[in-house]
Amino acid sequence: MLEITPLHYSLLSAALFMIGVIGVLVRRNVIIIFMSIELILNAVNINLVALSDQLQDLAGQVFVVFVIAVAAAEAAVGLGIIIAFYRNKETVNIDEIQIMRW
Amino acid sequence: MDLIWLIPLLPGLGAALNGLLGIRYFSKQTAGLVAVSTMAVAFVLSVIAFAGLLGLPEEERYHEVTVASWIPPIPLETANGIGSFEVPWAFVLDPLSGMMLLVVTGIGLLIHVYSVGYIDHEPRGGVARFFCYLNLFCFFMLILVLGSSFLVMFVGWEGVGLCSYLLIGYWYRKQSASDAGKKAFIVNRIGDWGFILGIFLVFFTFGTLDFRSVAEAAAGMPVEVGFGVLSLICLFLFIGATGKSAQIPLYVWLPDAMEGPTPVSALIHAATMVTAGVYMVCRNAVLFAHAPMVMEAVAWIGVLTAFMAATIGLVQTDIKRVLAYSTVSQLGYMFLATGVGAFAAGAFHLMTHAFFKALLFLGSGSVIHGMNEEQDMRRMGGLKPYMPTTFWTMAIGAVAIAGIPPLAGFFSKDEILYRTFLHSQVLWGIGALTAVMTAFYMFRLINMTFLGRYRGPEWGQPAGGEAAHGAGSHGDGGHDDGGHGHAWHGPHESPRTMTVPLMVLAVGAVFAGFIGVPAALGGSNVIEHFLEPSFTAFGAFHPAEEAHHLSHTAELGLMALSVLLAAGAILFAYRNYVRQPAAADEMARTFAGPHRVLTNKYYVDELYGATVVRGTMEGANGLWTVDQRVVDGAVNGTGWTTIFSSWVSHVLDKYVVDGLVNFVAWVCAEASYVFRRAQTGLIQNYAFATLLGVFAFVTWYLLAR
Repeated sequence: MLEITPLHYSLLSAALFMIGVIGVLVRRNVIIIFMSIELILNAVNINLVALSDQLQDLAGQVFVVFVIAVAAAEAAVGLGIIIAFYRNKETVNIDEIQIMRW
Repeated sequence: MDLIWLIPLLPGLGAALNGLLGIRYFSKQTAGLVAVSTMAVAFVLSVIAFAGLLGLPEEERYHEVTVASWIPPIPLETANGIGSFEVPWAFVLDPLSGMMLLVVTGIGLLIHVYSVGYIDHEPRGGVARFFCYLNLFCFFMLILVLGSSFLVMFVGWEGVGLCSYLLIGYWYRKQSASDAGKKAFIVNRIGDWGFILGIFLVFFTFGTLDFRSVAEAAAGMPVEVGFGVLSLICLFLFIGATGKSAQIPLYVWLPDAMEGPTPVSALIHAATMVTAGVYMVCRNAVLFAHAPMVMEAVAWIGVLTAFMAATIGLVQTDIKRVLAYSTVSQLGYMFLATGVGAFAAGAFHLMTHAFFKALLFLGSGSVIHGMNEEQDMRRMGGLKPYMPTTFWTMAIGAVAIAGIPPLAGFFSKDEILYRTFLHSQVLWGIGALTAVMTAFYMFRLINMTFLGRYRGPEWGQPAGGEAAHGAGSHGDGGHDDGGHGHAWHGPHESPRTMTVPLMVLAVGAVFAGFIGVPAALGGSNVIEHFLEPSFTAFGAFHPAEEAHHLSHTAELGLMALSVLLAAGAILFAYRNYVRQPAAADEMARTFAGPHRVLTNKYYVDELYGATVVRGTMEGANGLWTVDQRVVDGAVNGTGWTTIFSSWVSHVLDKYVVDGLVNFVAWVCAEASYVFRRAQTGLIQNYAFATLLGVFAFVTWYLLAR
């Protein structure tokens, strides 16, 4: 059986991160963009936990708890913005959200 | 006597009442009543004051009353260092001003009464205006007479000039009347220029303007042999006197002044104002006595004026103009008297002349009134039965001025001629000739007006008709606003208010001479004795005694001669104008050349018109051209330059300064077209750009290391 090394964790984390970034850049639905942002955050979390184990330092795991808390808050605020916007525009398509244009 | 300041003030009050309220609110009767009553009270006060003066001992007959201070002391440079220029409102009563006071208020009162009747045809406001001016005139005339210093006198002097202007131009809608007013005013101004220079020089020389102080100071100076400062003062003062008293060369305004209403002519241009010059010379008798050269000039100017005016008077046909030239002539007599040193005789003639000339003028006014504003004597004649009072009173006036004893003119005129004879036989000759002409033209006037055949316009019966209408609208006099309200019913005697003053003046013309009966006729010449202190500064100055006296017999001979000449002239006039009316025309044809010269008044008006008036007009035109071209040109040029430079500045501002600002703005606007494309509003674009940035930095970080 193949042993799981820190490299594997890093590769998983990088893959998740890139998936999140590409999702943010290319998807049109705001909800999905939002979920992509969660992916990015969780990729970072994997990285932190893996390195915490590697280095035998609990600070990394503590940091992850904070990130989860902040992500929860961010999700709440972000969903509130999306609902408010939907009430005005009746859409969540990112292409049509361009009122901050010149 | 301490109330003499009230005497001028009362007519002043009347003038203020009539002028401020009367023109709008007073009826004709009220306006007349105000004017007459103020004059009457002034006359009564004058009589009381004069009586008080007579009660004083002879050497104390100089009563000065200071009413108020006027000009506070001002240090001014004089010939004797720094002097103090101070003039109070002070009035003085002495024999000379006392006599003038009675003449002005007395004759002024009579003329005010007469005016009530004369001015009755005017509209209501016009009557009040007339009485306002007339009262104002008396106010200023009394200030002139009573003033105790040159400056107070000058106030009155200018004031009467103003009133003269206002009254000559009383019918101001008539062009000739307003022109005559202006002429009088301007010609007087020339004289006033001399007077005021004289006043300056008096102050510079003596350091005071008070008459008595000046006279006393002058009395202490030697009589000038050559032409010194006193002569210069006297010359300037005399120039002032020629303007006011209508002497050569400034007499031209007086005949034209006849455009005014006749009472005005009587009061201002015969009895009072025009004698102001004589009065002023008499006031400064001591000064003049120190300037024998000027005295000689005064005598010659006087006698020449008398002669010239009398010759013009011989041929005039306008009844008032004859009297006007007669006035100029008689004023010449007065100056002749002062010029030969007979100040008392001049003042005496002034007084008697005031009586008979006012009488003659008022009489002529009565004739004009009765003839419906007709002034041309050729259209009169035979008026005696229609207006007997006017005829008899005027005849008395004519006899008086002709110098037939025992009427007033005889004494005063013969006194002058006698004193002139002592001074110079040539002057006497001209004067005596003038007296003959005076008698002639006065009786020519009487004869043409009252005797002979009636030559005036026809008049209709009261029933009316075309004739009455034509005659009624005939008057070419000055009633341009309204005219006669009623049709003319032929020559008629004037109302009581006009004839009573005539009778009073006639009495004066008969008896006024008796206060100056000369010693040769058994009198004591009261008036000369009475006035003398005024001419010698109360004994401070002793004029040189006349070198030679004539015997009483010779004096009587001179008198008889002049009376005979005058009587001859009267008979000649009677023959020419009553017995053989053709004779006068015959004579005019025989002496056509001289007659034309005289009718045209020696062409003096034309001469002045061609030289002085035209010169002034041309000069004014030239100055106007300079003003128009140079002064206005400079101003306009400056304006144009300002406009041009502001235009340049405007162009610079618009195209250069604004252009720069607009260019910067344009550049920003244009450039923003490119850059604003970046702001798409799409959040993913921004995120992508951020990602590229991160890649770029990371790449750079990795490679550059």
